[in-house]
Amino acid sequence: MTSPLLASDPAAAASAAAPLLRVDDLHLTAGARELVHGVSFGLAPGEAIGLVGESGSGKTLTCRAILGVPPPGVTVSGGTIRLAGEDVAAYTRRQWDRVRGPRIAAVFQDPASYLNPSLTVGRQLTEVLRVKNGLHRRVARARAVELLASMGLHRPEHVHDQYPYELSGGMLQRVLIAIAVSGDPDLLVADEATTALDVTVQAEVLDLIATLRAERQLSLLLVSHDLAVVAQLCDRVVVLRHGRVVESGPTRQVLDEPADPYTRALVADHREYGLDRLATR
Amino acid sequence: MTAALEADGVEVWLGRRAKSRILDGVGLTARSGEIVGLIGETGSGKTTLARAIVGLAPLHAGTVRVDGTPVSGLRGAELRRFRRTGRVQYVFQDPLRSLDPDVTVLDSVAEGPAIRGDGRAADRRARAVAALEQVGLDPALGDRLPGRLSGGQRQRVTIARALAVDPRVLLLDEPVSALDAANRNHVLRVLDRLRREREVAIVMISHDLGSLAGIADRIVVLYRGRVVEEGPAARVLLEPEDPYTQRLIASVPSIDGPRPTYARSTR
Repeated sequence: MTSPLLASDPAAAASAAAPLLRVDDLHLTAGARELVHGVSFGLAPGEAIGLVGESGSGKTLTCRAILGVPPPGVTVSGGTIRLAGEDVAAYTRRQWDRVRGPRIAAVFQDPASYLNPSLTVGRQLTEVLRVKNGLHRRVARARAVELLASMGLHRPEHVHDQYPYELSGGMLQRVLIAIAVSGDPDLLVADEATTALDVTVQAEVLDLIATLRAERQLSLLLVSHDLAVVAQLCDRVVVLRHGRVVESGPTRQVLDEPADPYTRALVADHREYGLDRLATR
Repeated sequence: MTAALEADGVEVWLGRRAKSRILDGVGLTARSGEIVGLIGETGSGKTTLARAIVGLAPLHAGTVRVDGTPVSGLRGAELRRFRRTGRVQYVFQDPLRSLDPDVTVLDSVAEGPAIRGDGRAADRRARAVAALEQVGLDPALGDRLPGRLSGGQRQRVTIARALAVDPRVLLLDEPVSALDAANRNHVLRVLDRLRREREVAIVMISHDLGSLAGIADRIVVLYRGRVVEEGPAARVLLEPEDPYTQRLIASVPSIDGPRPTYARSTR
């Protein structure tokens, strides 16, 4: 299945190949009010992009439109979202069902609210594997345990049989990531996925995402209000403000030499407090 | 000089079993005008300690003193009377869940003075407006319901609520972790001003070590219900002695680039 171009020079192929995700002049509207005013960016296969901006910048809305689940009342009023070349605007529910899992998957801030509290986490993961991947019950269970193990969860057989309330926030987020990658997606969307976690657990989950990217050639769209989190994982950064892209570029360039005044303010705000300042105080 | 807040030998058990101690002989002091950072992982007992201090978690042993007066033994009417003074205020972690969704911002902030029976309604409103201004919120927002505010604004409303009763001790549970940098800076500046201008003793629970580096005088590290390290903020954060503190600090992401482990596992 590998094209000769991909095999010979992945970097050239990434730029030459059709991008995995292409958002073009996206407008999102709630009633009479436009909230996102023409956002454009592309994501090449294997690439990681960070979507940053303050609350209200439209980063989560943009993400949810890409996932085909805009909040109630919000509609795409202009522009296109192309996933592997296909315009998702025309997608029927059945078509969405076909791409969610193998093409695109997501994790969010509050993992507990995405799990059924009355079913074991293994059962919920197994269900996805059976429905999405068509695995037989017994095979699905073995695959589920294997997935949980590869998320760095200790005693995965035991975790498989536990209920969400028995697991910590970090463990639940690993379970959600296991569910997200169970369909072997090309693109993982992570919206504030480590915001609610302790700093040590956050570091572990970011490490896990980095490992998954390397092992599975996973592309990543990371939404975060924390520039330091974006700096850990992303190749490029897209800065949103009031529903518009104010700047985008390679991560180091945007964070070290921000061109836009707003980006400069974001970086300055971030740097106003921090461990780095202690040494110089 | 007696500390504004002095907790000593605090033990909180889960049920009646001495084996499951959530807090095991924890001490915590905060002087007037001091900001103490309380750090530790989920389950280390940070929130339980704050709850024990305000009387929301039962102490199995130990004492809590406010301005030298023991408050941990108070029961019934005495406890209610103490609570009404508003001398110790607790700002909960989730502002959306700690504000009544059907009560306007101004009424919510004026509630503390109303419960205490301060002055007339007009005075209490004036006090609420002043509290909102103190946290940098436009008093015009006072007519809104909490659902119509941003996360950063809501967080400031919960702090304004606490300020309206002129507390001596302010306990804050993760006040900035979910905020973007501009809102975080604003909340941190508000806290810094409170300690300087009104000499409030502040205990701030946070896993955002960068924020604490900016404003805390001292840091206390809890691990599995015990204090494993404490000292001046710069010393604890720059030269941590305890292995757990070291791991905590090594986990902090930097805007300047990936930590070594990320670099290893990324392409």
